[in-house]
Amino acid sequence: MTPVATPFFFYLLSGLAVLGGVLVITRRNAVHSALALILTLLAVAGLYLMLYAPFVAGVQIIVYAGGIMVVNIERTVKERQFNRIWPVGLAASGALLVLFVSVLVKGKALFPERGLPLPEADNTQKIGEMLYGNYMFAFEIASLLLLVAILGAVIMTKKKI
Amino acid sequence: MTAETKNATNALSNLDLETPEKPYLDSNELIINMGPQHPATHGVLRVILKLDGEKVLGTECVIGYLHRGVEKIAENRTYTMFNPYVDRMDYVAAVSNGLGYCQAVEKLLNVEAPPRANYIRVILTELNRIASHQLWLGTHALDIGAMTPLFYTFRDREEILKIFEKYCGARLTTHAFRIGGCQYETYAGFEREVKEFVAFVKPKIDEYEELLTTNRIWLERTKNVGVISAEDAIALGVTGPVLRASGVKWDIRKALPYANYSEFDFEIPIGENGDTYDRYLVRMAEMRQSLRIIEQAVERIPEGPIMAKVPKVIKPAAGEIYHSIEAPKGELGYFIVSDGSTQPYRLRVRPPSFVNLQALDIMVRGLLVADVVAVIGTLDIVLGEVDR
Amino acid sequence: MLNSLMSYLGSSVTPGEAGNQLWALIYVLIIFTGVSVAVIAMNWLERKALAHFQVRLGPMRVGPHGLLQPIADAVKLLLKEDIIPSEADKFVFWIAPLIGLLASFTVYTVVPFGPSQAVSDMNIGILFMLGVSSLGVLGIVMAGWASNSHYPLIGALRSSAQMVSYEVAMGLAVVSAILMTSLNQTGTGTLSMIGIVQAQQEQHVWFLFKFFPLGAIAFVIFAIAMVAETNRAPFDLAEAESELTAGFHTEYSGLRWSLFMLAEYAAMIAVSSIAVALWLGGWMRPFSHWLSGGAWDFVFSLFPGLTFLGLAAIAIRGTIRMPKHSLFRIQTIGLGAFAAVLSGIGLLLLGIAVGARAGDHVALARSADALNNVYWFVMKIAVFMYMFIWYRATWPRYRFDQLMSVGWKVMLPISLGVLIVTAIVGVIVG
Repeated sequence: MTPVATPFFFYLLSGLAVLGGVLVITRRNAVHSALALILTLLAVAGLYLMLYAPFVAGVQIIVYAGGIMVVNIERTVKERQFNRIWPVGLAASGALLVLFVSVLVKGKALFPERGLPLPEADNTQKIGEMLYGNYMFAFEIASLLLLVAILGAVIMTKKKI
Repeated sequence: MTAETKNATNALSNLDLETPEKPYLDSNELIINMGPQHPATHGVLRVILKLDGEKVLGTECVIGYLHRGVEKIAENRTYTMFNPYVDRMDYVAAVSNGLGYCQAVEKLLNVEAPPRANYIRVILTELNRIASHQLWLGTHALDIGAMTPLFYTFRDREEILKIFEKYCGARLTTHAFRIGGCQYETYAGFEREVKEFVAFVKPKIDEYEELLTTNRIWLERTKNVGVISAEDAIALGVTGPVLRASGVKWDIRKALPYANYSEFDFEIPIGENGDTYDRYLVRMAEMRQSLRIIEQAVERIPEGPIMAKVPKVIKPAAGEIYHSIEAPKGELGYFIVSDGSTQPYRLRVRPPSFVNLQALDIMVRGLLVADVVAVIGTLDIVLGEVDR
Repeated sequence: MLNSLMSYLGSSVTPGEAGNQLWALIYVLIIFTGVSVAVIAMNWLERKALAHFQVRLGPMRVGPHGLLQPIADAVKLLLKEDIIPSEADKFVFWIAPLIGLLASFTVYTVVPFGPSQAVSDMNIGILFMLGVSSLGVLGIVMAGWASNSHYPLIGALRSSAQMVSYEVAMGLAVVSAILMTSLNQTGTGTLSMIGIVQAQQEQHVWFLFKFFPLGAIAFVIFAIAMVAETNRAPFDLAEAESELTAGFHTEYSGLRWSLFMLAEYAAMIAVSSIAVALWLGGWMRPFSHWLSGGAWDFVFSLFPGLTFLGLAAIAIRGTIRMPKHSLFRIQTIGLGAFAAVLSGIGLLLLGIAVGARAGDHVALARSADALNNVYWFVMKIAVFMYMFIWYRATWPRYRFDQLMSVGWKVMLPISLGVLIVTAIVGVIVG
């Protein structure tokens, strides 16, 4: 398969992702922000594809862009309210900034020189083996966490049980 | 927002609505104008819905878009001249309207229609009841989303309209009866055609039932939807199939027999739960009972005159009269006050649709938007009659 | 250019895999045209079939038996004034139908019309299809919100909630089919659409009949969920006419509205093709294992031509029965010409099939093969399309909460159960 991972596509997709991200926080209209966020998510899915991770890209589309954002938009459309929590936002973005800067500075030391060439054809199978083999325990913990989150959401939204 | 809308909205917010205890997630209450231009309000009914998401918190009906002042017109017309106007009230059951009016005036005049006229009246009125129920079934099913029954019922209703057309020349606003009897003698082959129709429509009613009665989605959409208890129904003055579906055995054809209904053998179908499904079953059973009445009437129809002796100029003595009949939609009553002149001093119609529509609010509270449509359908209202 | 055009002809993989952009473009164009024509045909067929279910005739005026009705409709919609409500969010209002359309047409990149008759064969084909087709609901939600009107808003909310709840059951049903692909020597399954069909070919069984009734249950769940996913009756709550006037597209008119319709029908065909590829053996002809051998292959390869000849026969019958009146002359000529075209196509297809059998011309044999594959795939989709119409004629509409409870309380547990049992049976048997 001919590589599509040309720099052009990388810059296009990351440009779209950044543009979407900027729009998310600058649009006053909640639904517009949500749409911009979808643009970002789709661009990121494209970036995953370029990294020869089609499965992650597909899951990104189906779960984030398709499922979560639809629910999100539904809620924003219904509620028409926007919460501004400045301190928390600032703290989170500050932490992220520190992380990014540190990766940028000491990046060479943190990661190996070259990533292993990932086989594209059996990418999904490899992920399956990883999830259900090497990292079974972490996977199960994560699903347990999600289960708890689901139960919590049900209890919180249901007025009377 | 027009002043009218504002008023209606204010009225709604004044309604004593059951507000849920402080909602955990704040959500907007939605006020929706359903109608007057809406596919499922059976004409020009406007329902203002107060919604929480899809849940109905309260409703308010705004009527009068089809008001023509029928009762006022009556005061300026002679008794005979007013007769065709009543056809325009419940235009899908014009024959019943005419029967009620003619009998009310006959009561005022103290005349009796001859037996043959009564038989013709019963046959036509019962045919009209079937036609009205068929139209109800088709539109009700269409509201709930089943398209096909509409076309089936219209196909079969056509046969009834053909009989009407042959009898009196009109299909919808028939003006079939005159004060004192019937104007027209039956046409040749009337009995045969009616018999043929009865044989034709019996399997068709089974066909409708096949599509709906045991249909899972139909059951889910109609069972326990729009429930009204017998007490509530009586308190609101609800009559007709809606009342009977709540388990009250009240049918004016049996309770206060008029024309010659006492001569026929038929049953009053009643329901148990007073939900939309029971109303459906009651009306389906009523169609079959009507067929029974028609069969008996056609067998026994006597020879004889079709008009009683009624003066050329109808000038009843001063007085007042109330006469009601069992129209397809419920009790249809005429209250006539005469001052001894050729025109009624006051004429008041008790339209079943108007009274039944009152029940809409208590029937749909707490249900969903989709149920409002189902309940409007099951009440079987005709806006021509609600607004008059 | 000619070289790159010809170079692909001999290969047996999809243009996407061969890296041939030109052929990929040609395939995209063919599919786009084909789907658009199919949508137009479907429009006519739906009105006609629905009419006949309901004891009426349907369109009869524009062309013989209303055959030109879709064209008349299209012209009407294109010429209609394009209204954007003054209070609407113009940009979102404008882009919403495009998103819906884009989502439903992008899916066709991976639809396997044959072992090499697809634009591309993705490693994550089925995932891609589900993901992209689920994006279509975004268009609906955006349309409903942008209209700035109550009915569209309610329609949009219904649609999104419906999609989210049915996506889950649908996904689990799909997973149980994917599990079946791994029942081979190597024990690895595949997510590629072509791979899934090939797995059925190798196992000599449509997954519909695999581990009967497990495959059938998963299939039924998918078949129900896909009706809900495409907002068709009895799950057409988002556009419930009698409740929400027209639901999410109440404020749309003209071209934009027609884009929604196009997207809806394209999505119907797309989800049907998922079902066909996953459970009905994709491009495989019926009984490909049981009635195998060259003779049977030949018999089944006659079907495409015979189908067209059958259609031509119906058209000829219509031509003969056309009233003999000067007013009907043009219609008669038109229907006759249509019959001639149909029979011409039928004869051509028969010729290819017979020619491929008689001589050993490689190109002829290959095109006969391709025709067969596409034919059987399209035929299986057609069955689903008919089912869509049938559902609409027969059933009342579900209520919102009932729809949700069916989705979450009935279909989700059943599909989970089927998935688990399939896995267990797969481990024991396979």
